[in-house]
Amino acid sequence: MAESARQTVAVTNPQGFHMRPMQAFVEAAARFAGTVSVMRQGKPAVNGKSMLGLLGLVAEQGTELVIEVTGPNAANELKVLIEVFERNFDD
Amino acid sequence: MRMSEFIVREAISASLSSGQKEAVIREMVENLRTAGYFKPGEPEDVVKAILKREMLSSTGIGDGVAIPHAKHPSVDRLVGSVAVAPGGIPFDSVDNDPVFVLVMLISPQERPSEHLRALEGVSRCLKDKNFVSSLRKATTPQQIWDLISAHNG
Repeated sequence: MAESARQTVAVTNPQGFHMRPMQAFVEAAARFAGTVSVMRQGKPAVNGKSMLGLLGLVAEQGTELVIEVTGPNAANELKVLIEVFERNFDD
Repeated sequence: MRMSEFIVREAISASLSSGQKEAVIREMVENLRTAGYFKPGEPEDVVKAILKREMLSSTGIGDGVAIPHAKHPSVDRLVGSVAVAPGGIPFDSVDNDPVFVLVMLISPQERPSEHLRALEGVSRCLKDKNFVSSLRKATTPQQIWDLISAHNG
């Protein structure tokens, strides 16, 4: 059975979860074999490997998002994605 | 936010004449200027801001689409323009493919929420494969505007 791992993260960047961090996130997620989903409360999950998916989130500063990874190496991959997510993009 | 709320109808182009990334960005900013935006000197500064953002990472997000954008004090609300390049433009996109549809966004400073909501509107339209293929086939700004204003995104 495929392993799955999830974690809730908060957007800390004053610009919100904007295009550049999204691009870094998609780039990292695309390397993983399993699925990557990003959920915002009250909205359908979006594909974390798709820019058009992430662009639909409208995650302003303070928004909580749930990142979920499935696949044989889900826990480690989630850790990588959290690191990318928490990197400081200040443009 | 629906695309029709921020796309400047008079700045739409169905046939970009430039063939290179910087020239295309310049042409789209010029289209906004002729539509009545910016004071003298500002267009060049807007172009610089967009190119600076492109240096960080290309806004060519794949599948023939790019969303060049910048924050700039010359606008007091978010404005955008759309251009279709039938021949394709090399844009250093993530998938290395040329870009055929460009959506440019210029946002006022310190209004991140508006920018994110505009991006959501753009994504809703661009996720629709029929919309994108119709856009690519459009031959006049009016046809592009009709597609944008008829879409829910």
